[in-house]
Amino acid sequence: MSETIQLLMGNEAIGQGLIEAGCQIAAAYPGTPSTEILQAVIDRRDQAAEPLHIEWSVNEKIAFEVALAASYTGKRSVAVMKQVGLNVAADPFMRTAYLGIKGGMLTIVADDPGPHSSQNEQDTRLFCLQARVPVLDPTSPAEAKRLVPLAFELSEKYEVNVVLRPTTRICHSRQNVELQPPVTLKRSADFRKDPTRWAATPAFLPALHRKLNANLEQIATEEPFQPEKTAGDGTRPRTALVASGIVYGHLVDLLDELDLTGCCDLFKVLMPYPLNPEFCRRLHDDYDRILLLEETYPVIELQLAHPGAVGKQTGDVPREGELTPDVIHTALAEFLELKMPEAAPAERRGQRPSLCPGCPHRAAFYSIKKCFPHGIFPSDIGCYTLGMNLGAVNTVHCMGACISQGAGFYQAYAQDDGEVPTIVVTIGDSTFFHAGIPALINAVIQQARIIVVILDNATTAMTGGQPVPHLGIAAGGGKTKAIPIEPLVKSCGVDFLEVCDPYDTEPFEALLKRADDFIRSDDGGVAVLISRHGCIMDREVRASQPAYRVTIDERCIGCRKCVDAFECPALQMDAETGKAVANRDRCIGCGVCIPVCPVDAIVKEDS
Amino acid sequence: MMKQQIIVSGIGGQGVLFLTRVIAQVAVNRQLPVLTAETHGMAQRGGTVLSTIKVGDFASPLIRTGQADTGLLLWEANLEVHQGLLKTNGRLAVNATAPGPGERIDASGIARDLGSAVLANLVLLGLAVKQGILFCSAEECETAIRQLAPAKFVEQNLTAFQRGLSQQA
Repeated sequence: MSETIQLLMGNEAIGQGLIEAGCQIAAAYPGTPSTEILQAVIDRRDQAAEPLHIEWSVNEKIAFEVALAASYTGKRSVAVMKQVGLNVAADPFMRTAYLGIKGGMLTIVADDPGPHSSQNEQDTRLFCLQARVPVLDPTSPAEAKRLVPLAFELSEKYEVNVVLRPTTRICHSRQNVELQPPVTLKRSADFRKDPTRWAATPAFLPALHRKLNANLEQIATEEPFQPEKTAGDGTRPRTALVASGIVYGHLVDLLDELDLTGCCDLFKVLMPYPLNPEFCRRLHDDYDRILLLEETYPVIELQLAHPGAVGKQTGDVPREGELTPDVIHTALAEFLELKMPEAAPAERRGQRPSLCPGCPHRAAFYSIKKCFPHGIFPSDIGCYTLGMNLGAVNTVHCMGACISQGAGFYQAYAQDDGEVPTIVVTIGDSTFFHAGIPALINAVIQQARIIVVILDNATTAMTGGQPVPHLGIAAGGGKTKAIPIEPLVKSCGVDFLEVCDPYDTEPFEALLKRADDFIRSDDGGVAVLISRHGCIMDREVRASQPAYRVTIDERCIGCRKCVDAFECPALQMDAETGKAVANRDRCIGCGVCIPVCPVDAIVKEDS
Repeated sequence: MMKQQIIVSGIGGQGVLFLTRVIAQVAVNRQLPVLTAETHGMAQRGGTVLSTIKVGDFASPLIRTGQADTGLLLWEANLEVHQGLLKTNGRLAVNATAPGPGERIDASGIARDLGSAVLANLVLLGLAVKQGILFCSAEECETAIRQLAPAKFVEQNLTAFQRGLSQQA
């Protein structure tokens, strides 16, 4: 078996491609489905031919700016994020289109049609159209890797930032991928000062804008990124199928399964923006009917503006959700007037996700809900979004929004005469560093009276455990300076700050009540409670805490409180007895459920 | 060229991803093209997860309704969620204690006896290989397990696989 062919996830393939292409600065903030790209770079850093700086940045804007300046020195760099991360990085991203770069710079933005694990299904290709940044849309993991060095070359040729946009089905698909040795570029940092560019004032921007537009015209015609045509057998003349991204792969397989391969001309679009005007002209001249398949917004369709084209814009292809092979089957059957597929059975979601058995967030949420049954609970992005299952999460918006939303709720309620409900905000430690700190400062200076619970599990859990700034661990495990949370909170002007392990139910609930007293006192303000207990996915955390053998005895009255209100997946109802039982395969023996039972039927023994 | 479409279904934490990788690695070792799609992110927190594996000449990792040849189900309740992906003559291996469709084995029970519930994935793989519903042989699976499992778990994983392989179904 050949060692140069490996089974790689799309994200690993991209990470491998970055190493092979001589990328020297890689910065990212984790977010599904992009996370494993930087992890793959970390895992392969020993293969790099030249020095390589890798960082989990505090947020996407910072990751982008770090990579940007590194590119100014002539080195190759990359910023990696998920689609909503690009919103955070939008400010530098938009200006970079005008100012350009020096060494090759890629921004890899992973989109999530569906969405599977995101707060929307926005299309980075459309973002790029608005930002005027070239964007590549790979159709497979292997192609994503193949495009990385080509994208660096394109970036350097025109001195523009180039976006590579994989989607979830590229990121999290595995494929046989061929490895190449890393290139050696021998570049030393050499920043050439040019204030008319790197510090361009409005006076210089029209010229830069003109240059950008001229570049885009040229980029649209660049050979490696032209749409690829597979000619049909002529049975359906003047008819074409046009697809980009993984949807192209779905279409190819579908045509094969339906025995329709070659039934009409087929185009694969690798660079949805800027689309070559010559390609558009050809489609207008040569075809009467075109089916456009792309995720998630009609980016090619809008640029093509073909009167015979059908797609999302015309409503012939669903505008929402993932274009799965089944969805494409229906669209294709309508377009080619085939036998319609049988209506797919109504989609079943199966088991909903839950916080893990033993998750410290569950303990915190249960106590919050118990102490403030009528409270308002803004929360944020992370595993703890699942606090929704316990009724302890009322809003989830975008990174860091919960603190400002909590303050907004307060301002609106405080204007009225009635009592202000207790507003308890929950935010994870990584999210707090990402975008929570300015929001906390704002809440303090605007004199909001809210409780902010920082759910500190010492990791970025949702995305698989990336380090957080207060641990003093850099990407790859090296040591760096730790930035503890407490002094940060104090410096933001918070006068009530307490720390407690949410496993210790009684003191934790006592602190919540004290916090409520504080925010309602004469000189009250923002109260912060740090809920501190390591993520249970961390082996060391598991090993360092006692594991009891938890059972439910005959006293159980079948009230379901532990199953519904506490919502631990290790507790379930036995259909025969009508009583709760602990599932031995899933229970980790934390014992936090014990005080939840109103009749003390949950008992523990040392095991 | 041989073609097979496989689904692996379970809930987060059951080792669906590892099982997917083992099967796909067998394809790579045999120099067959392979594509998989996996569930990552929020759903991994105990929710229903699905992997698809397409071995042979394919361009997409996803499986359309009614196209899967084989299904490995680690979580029996997922049957109603994912059964529609199988061909009408598709074959099933299910981790279950009660009788029902497909080849069945109490993989969780066996895994528990072996000391770790997450070994159920390889017990089920053993059953599927024994029943001949996967393109891979037992030897190929063992090679892939040795390649992919962390060194200290290799023997335990092989034992789980053997238990599935030798089980009377």
